Amino acid sequence: MLEISIILGLAVLLAWPLGHYMTSVYSARPHWGDVVFSPVERVIYKVTGINPDQGMGWKAYAKSLVLFNLVLGVIAFAVLKFQHLLPMNPDNIGPLSWDLALHTAVSFLTNTNQQHYSGQAQLTYLSQGVLIVTLQFLTPAIGLAACVAILRGMVGGLNSETAKEGEARNLGNFYTDVIRGTLRVLIPLALLLALLLTSQGVPSTFSGAAMATPVDAQAGLEVQEIPRGPVSAMVAIKQLGTNGGGFFGPNSSNPYENPTPISNMLQTISLILVPIAIVFMAGRLIGRKSLSTLAFTVMATFSVTMVAASVYSERQENAALAGLSAAGPNMEGKEVRFGTDPSALWATLTTQTSNGSVNSMHDSLNPMAGLVTRAGMLINSTWGGIGSGFINFIVYLWIAIFIAGLMIGRTPELFGRKVETKEIKALGMLIVLPAMVILGLTAITVAFPALTGNSNPGFHAVSQVFYEYTSAFANNGSGFEGLNDDSPWWNVTAVVALILGRYLPILLPLAIAGWMASKRETKAKENAIKLSGATFCVTVIAVILIINFLSFLPSAVIGPIGEGLEIASGNAFVE
Amino acid sequence: MNTHTSPGFVENVRMSGEFKKSAIFALSGLILCGGLYTTVATLAGLGVFPEQARGSLIYQDNELRGSTLIAQPFTGDTYFHSRPSSVAHLPTDTGGSNLAPSNPELRAIARQLSQSVSAREGVALADIPVDMISMSGSGVDPHISEQAAALQIPRIARARGLAQENIAALVAQHTATPSFGVLGQSRVNVLTLNLALDNQ
Repeated sequence: MLEISIILGLAVLLAWPLGHYMTSVYSARPHWGDVVFSPVERVIYKVTGINPDQGMGWKAYAKSLVLFNLVLGVIAFAVLKFQHLLPMNPDNIGPLSWDLALHTAVSFLTNTNQQHYSGQAQLTYLSQGVLIVTLQFLTPAIGLAACVAILRGMVGGLNSETAKEGEARNLGNFYTDVIRGTLRVLIPLALLLALLLTSQGVPSTFSGAAMATPVDAQAGLEVQEIPRGPVSAMVAIKQLGTNGGGFFGPNSSNPYENPTPISNMLQTISLILVPIAIVFMAGRLIGRKSLSTLAFTVMATFSVTMVAASVYSERQENAALAGLSAAGPNMEGKEVRFGTDPSALWATLTTQTSNGSVNSMHDSLNPMAGLVTRAGMLINSTWGGIGSGFINFIVYLWIAIFIAGLMIGRTPELFGRKVETKEIKALGMLIVLPAMVILGLTAITVAFPALTGNSNPGFHAVSQVFYEYTSAFANNGSGFEGLNDDSPWWNVTAVVALILGRYLPILLPLAIAGWMASKRETKAKENAIKLSGATFCVTVIAVILIINFLSFLPSAVIGPIGEGLEIASGNAFVE
Repeated sequence: MNTHTSPGFVENVRMSGEFKKSAIFALSGLILCGGLYTTVATLAGLGVFPEQARGSLIYQDNELRGSTLIAQPFTGDTYFHSRPSSVAHLPTDTGGSNLAPSNPELRAIARQLSQSVSAREGVALADIPVDMISMSGSGVDPHISEQAAALQIPRIARARGLAQENIAALVAQHTATPSFGVLGQSRVNVLTLNLALDNQ
């Protein structure tokens, strides 16, 4: 328990100054870092022809975002499909199939990092070290840029002083926001973390695999081939950018990605560092600190409750091992250097934040922790993915404002701007979208057992399918990895979930923010619902719970809840 | 064709007109993040922590014997055994079993592991630490628990003709305690311990 408290406490403590720093980054205030960063930015603006001072309306911002993603997507697909013809391929690795290349490109483009290929074996150094690392920086920066633009819209845009009612509002410059987030926030943090991780033993080399002579010659292994590579550079941004795609197959359970309890602490903090910093930044950026207080309280409540549940879950024995050894916690799929508490903590935080990296195998979690991990992905705004998580929180906030307004008979408005029919229609779409995509795809796939490729029977088989689509839609990327998921069916359907789960939850809120920004600001503050009050905080929590219970409780019953009951009744193993 | 609403501000853009800007921006990103960042981060690690950066490799008489961080398979009676692995301890193929607690297949594997440990060490099932019958997440977990090491000492003492106290002392030397007293678990490094046994 002490270890968990230390990790969570340190994360909040470090996120506080980072949030302040990020506020200055996105409000473009002068900063001592300008000496280093401004010259690099000027070079990029010069070669690209971007005018950093040119503001964009929500349509221009949205179109720039879509276009940039299209360009990145085409580049990613081309590199993966033709990697065998490109340089940096010493092991003569072949091309990916069209469906696997498509899935991998979209998966990294959407900040998901769901991996249907097998780690270092199927990708060249160019694909892994250059293409994927680039996407691991740019995609969180894109999410963060969209989040910042929406925040600006919520208070009428950067030109709210001069613009008239109904006029388009300036939400900032998309390219400037992306480059500032990448260069001033993510790259410095990743450089520091990469070095700290190497000090703990994460490899950092361009050399190929090492060939060792095993100690026990009788054990049947003549030569031990130990793959290495520029691991720490990738692991650092994988953790910091809510990415999750690791260098090796089993991600941060592999001792080369996560060698010590200290590296584990650093990486666990990195899971939530930037997402928490965004919470602190949001209120300051728009001069409404009550927004930060509200978001932090709601998110921390969910986060701590769910951590407690999964830590309890993994301290229980694994039913399949019961009676076969001394009593002990669930160590299946876990590493001795960590033990179950830090593994359960990681599993909870990585699914809350849309990161998706793992330090233990989620398929082998006890049912309650399995339930917690998918709940984290479905809520998707407990800290959440970088940028996208806070956008999801704003969506819940708008819905809560609307419902609270109706309940007490006031016009629902946030920061003086009304939530009206047009906005509510768009919010309604965002409520039904996850249920339609995740449950729809799960139902179709489960109906054709030949498609699924499960490693587990019964309730858990349904969970494996549900988890895969939830992970794709939530842009998480973790998996119940026993699934044999490199097939055209899995690749193509996951791409559908990935795209719908990334772009609609960014573009619709951006439009809503754009519409609301242009509205006349109500000056009568005394009538507004207070964000800082405990009543409204409970309302937001209730809204989040009700929406997710209505959509997904039945599917949990034929998943982890059913599995848990089956184990408890003693019917899991007929002997 | 931009729709200007005020100086320094565009309400809407045509995507076709922005294509070149977007493409060059993407290429700059590839150079900055994929090229510069990866190179600087990797070379910095290699320069400051060369041992760790190269993979914490163990050399003996100029021969590479393994890495302190990666488990090796051990089957002989004279050696401490590593945790069970679903990937035969192959670093090129790391991964866990991905079997659920409700899966009869996992129970069958665990029963087999448990019975073979029981027969090998001559102990009851209830005396086997749980890490010896559960497969690690990576399949190359380099550590076992202190209990799992203690369990194996009598067998190794017999096979090597050594006193149990000597082996216990060696185990203690290769045991790491939780960092700062709170982070992680106590653990014994199997590979370095076995190498030390051979070198006695």
